[in-house]
Amino acid sequence: MSDNRLSVFKTYKLYVGGKFPRSESGRVYEVTDSKGKWLANAPQSSRKDARDAVVAARKAFGGWSGATAYNRGQILYRIAEMLEGRKDQFVREVAEAEGLSKSKAAAVVDAAIDRWVWYAGWTDKIGQVVGGANPVAGPFFNLSTPEPTGVVTVLAPQKSSFLGLVSVVAPVIATGNTAVVVASADSPLPALSLGEVLATSDLPGGVVNILSGRTAEIAAPLASHQDVNAIDLTGADAALAKELETAAADNLKRVLRPQPVDGAADWTADPGTHRLTAFLETKTVWHPTGALGVSGSSY
Amino acid sequence: MPTTAPAFSDATASDSALRRFLHGLPGVDAVGLEARAASLGTRSIKTTAKAYAIDLAISMIDLTTLEGADTPGKVRALAAKAVNPDPTDRTTPRTAAVCVYPDMAATAVAALAGSGVKVASVATAFPAGRAALDVKLADVRDAVAAGVDEIDMVIDRGAFLSGRYLKVYEEILAVKAECARADGTDARLKVIFETGELSTYDNIRRASWLGMMAGADFIKTSTGKVGTNATPANTLLMLEAVRDFRAQTGVQIGVKPAGGIRTSKDAVKFLVLVNETAGEDWLDNHWFRFGASSLLNDLLMQRQKLSTGRYSGPDYVTVD
Amino acid sequence: MASAFEYAPAPESRSVVDIAPSYGLFIDGEFSEAADGKVFKTVSPSSEEVLSEVAQAGAADVDRAVKAARKAFEKWSALPGSERAKYLFRIARIIQERSRELAVLETLDNGKPIRETRDADLPLVAAHFFYYAGWADKLDHAGFGANPRPLGVAGQVIPWNFPLLMLAWKIAPALATGNTVVLKPAETTPLSALFFADICRQAGLPKGVVNILTGYGDAGAALVAHEDVNKVAFTGSTAVGKAIARQVAGTDKKVTLELGGKGANIVFDDAPIDQAVEGIVTGIFFNQGQVCCAGSRLLVQESVQDELLDALKRRLSTLRLGDPLDKNTDIGAINSAEQLARITALAETGEAEGAERWTAPCELPSAGYWFAPTLFTGVTQAHTIARDEIFGPVLSVLSFRTPDEAVAKANNSQYGLSAGIWTEKGSRILAVANKLRAGVVWANTFNKFDPTSPFGGYKESGFGREGGRHGLEAYLDVR
Repeated sequence: MSDNRLSVFKTYKLYVGGKFPRSESGRVYEVTDSKGKWLANAPQSSRKDARDAVVAARKAFGGWSGATAYNRGQILYRIAEMLEGRKDQFVREVAEAEGLSKSKAAAVVDAAIDRWVWYAGWTDKIGQVVGGANPVAGPFFNLSTPEPTGVVTVLAPQKSSFLGLVSVVAPVIATGNTAVVVASADSPLPALSLGEVLATSDLPGGVVNILSGRTAEIAAPLASHQDVNAIDLTGADAALAKELETAAADNLKRVLRPQPVDGAADWTADPGTHRLTAFLETKTVWHPTGALGVSGSSY
Repeated sequence: MPTTAPAFSDATASDSALRRFLHGLPGVDAVGLEARAASLGTRSIKTTAKAYAIDLAISMIDLTTLEGADTPGKVRALAAKAVNPDPTDRTTPRTAAVCVYPDMAATAVAALAGSGVKVASVATAFPAGRAALDVKLADVRDAVAAGVDEIDMVIDRGAFLSGRYLKVYEEILAVKAECARADGTDARLKVIFETGELSTYDNIRRASWLGMMAGADFIKTSTGKVGTNATPANTLLMLEAVRDFRAQTGVQIGVKPAGGIRTSKDAVKFLVLVNETAGEDWLDNHWFRFGASSLLNDLLMQRQKLSTGRYSGPDYVTVD
Repeated sequence: MASAFEYAPAPESRSVVDIAPSYGLFIDGEFSEAADGKVFKTVSPSSEEVLSEVAQAGAADVDRAVKAARKAFEKWSALPGSERAKYLFRIARIIQERSRELAVLETLDNGKPIRETRDADLPLVAAHFFYYAGWADKLDHAGFGANPRPLGVAGQVIPWNFPLLMLAWKIAPALATGNTVVLKPAETTPLSALFFADICRQAGLPKGVVNILTGYGDAGAALVAHEDVNKVAFTGSTAVGKAIARQVAGTDKKVTLELGGKGANIVFDDAPIDQAVEGIVTGIFFNQGQVCCAGSRLLVQESVQDELLDALKRRLSTLRLGDPLDKNTDIGAINSAEQLARITALAETGEAEGAERWTAPCELPSAGYWFAPTLFTGVTQAHTIARDEIFGPVLSVLSFRTPDEAVAKANNSQYGLSAGIWTEKGSRILAVANKLRAGVVWANTFNKFDPTSPFGGYKESGFGREGGRHGLEAYLDVR
């Protein structure tokens, strides 16, 4: 092979409804590495791309939330397997995006893969941890179970383009929600590549939809969208977060405000369960227990 | 022969058709039924309403003695009490009936002649009903011949619980036939389900419909001889059944809770059930009865309290 | 039509409650006038009689109350959980002791029947304090990590439909977890909260831990907006809930909202019909339908529609409307003239849009605010009365043919608080319950509440849960 071989560039595309469209606006923007060197053009999503992503996420919600927790766990684990095989690509993209050495980038990718494994294991346990029978004072069987909130907009962290991204997306879908993800504006390439992995991991189309572009432009219509049930504001700065939370009040979206960790680099800490529970609803079902016979109920 | 309403001729054509019909009746949610009965039990019946209810309850009592130790003397004493429940107050209503075993029927009939108080006789190998059909029918025949006004029969719970509904149905028909008198009139037939043995509310609803379809004039909860007798819930359920039966057929059937109703407070609660479930058409001793014995004295003491303002005591009512 | 068995009046004695001619705000353990001296009157909705005159809190009072709560927070949150628990147990016991008095008071101020305040509201109020009292020293074991911390000062705004019960839902978990509270009751039902203030004094609760501000919406808004409030808990309308959500945007305030609903009560053709009828009645006529989780939409399978409606109308004809203090009253007064006007207007909209109106035959008292139990048939999803929360004794009847259709119609709402399912088929209950987007699903029962059972909505019915272990989370710093 000649060193002079001209390499084949990759055209980065959005991931919506299991497909890889360009932005309907036809716009792209330049993505550079941490030193300003051009890496690729990324689609610059529009309001309409956001709208299409919500439609895809809503369509996928019934099937994904209705899948068994075991099945969801298998698929999340499959994502980890697929990533493991494409580790080199992600190490390169993360190194370029975040200006990390190859070894540090490798550690980040390893942590991201491990995070998928962590959440893969949670799918069929969270229901037991946060749900259960309630001992009501009467002849009733009473059971609380967590259910996914619905379609969740996720503003991925701006700095941690891959580990941060995985850390916010995986818990949303682990419990059966579907997601519209707005990738880091300046470093969207690992996110767009993740779409390619998700597409080959048995994850039904539409469960995760990934948009790149200007966060505020894409997030605004998502925050006010009446068919979006929740929004994770991790990737928004304080001013944008306030604006989006205000818009989200129109249909009372569940809002996960930016957390202290988001600005910092440390996404390696124990994630706990709060990102799982933030997008869960508790449903409580009552039913009479009745009696075996009438003789227990004499006057 | 009594006729059943034409609407039911298909349902009673065979054992399987009857099963399909009875199992097609709406189910009963036990907790909801008991909650409704309890809720009606919280009605507060005071002053004039209480006076009305107490007199109504007295007038609805089937004053009962069903003991192995019964004698003509005992029955005559009871009859006297039925006619004149409170010797200190002649405005006290008479009870609806006196209820006895068949061999005491003639005594009761004689004692109550001309009083307006009816005589009811249990029959059909009461309370277990475990005898050959011929024996049961002879039991009925004897009582009718003795001149009773009403027959309280028991159903074959064994047959019912093993799903032989047609056998139960035909037995009621046969008893009903024996209630016919020579003059073309009939003794009124009360059909006792022994709800405590049927065990489930679904069964009680099915038995109610089975009894009504077979020509019962009254459906009655129990014999008073088992652990669980009349309760607000099972009586409420039977009141729903007679209400629905009349809506569907136009035929009105009576209800008789029996056993376990001992206090005025209990009796008034049952009357509230009648009032708010079947409706005021049933607030009459032609359509509602209490099978009871000790209840009467408690009602009388309450009645005395209402008229005098003082609490009464057992020494001021008669022991019989 | 006069019945043969006419129940004589059986009024609960009013003398068990002693209402003072005027009340102040309860701040820092003392009753005091509003800073600007404003007052307002509270009336009995069943008679329009003025019950008392209470102080009307303004922004300055809110500030004073929040400061008192902030000052009390340090010591209260530092108390061992077992000590906080004992205060709550004391409160629970005093409520039990004074329950007849409080039931009569609540009936007078709210207009709901004594049967409900006596048998539902008050027992649940006491049970709620008793339940959360037990959590106070067990928070380490509640599943929120070791030593979960309280948030600080909770600003709580409650509605008029269950005044004391909503107070209990708010205050009991807040205190158990170590928060201090400033609570604003609704302007039409301020009295039971003021009596609760007295109970706090009897219990020896430290000053400033509970502060009660009577007043109007402006006081509630000022409380929500106060910068030293760490937690906002609101029960009320969805419109106000949205305003609160906007107001707290960009702050660190934790928020829980319990808002409106348009609950679907689904009756399948194999339902236990008599119990379903009771459940429908309980679902929409309990508390005159002024219940956020009311089963205000009846979805009935077409094959049993006629039979069910006949039974329902017959049953509604037995409801006894009148003096709320009469122990035999089933339907009391509407809480206010304003609410009555809203119900009346929506019912008129129902007629104007072509739904068929049926009203239970009953005589309405001449004074007070009354609305007879009403149902509309021939309602479709497109009718206003199938979509908007009426918050009154008005039932909209819709029909369906298949379970799929029932679920689709039930979920076709901006709300998601409650739903009911009536069928004898167990697997259908589980399948339908699974598909309903509602926070509380009652199967073969309706409107049951318990302190151990989490309550709260999906979608625009709000977020967060009250009751049970889940209810602790709203008052703990867990993220």
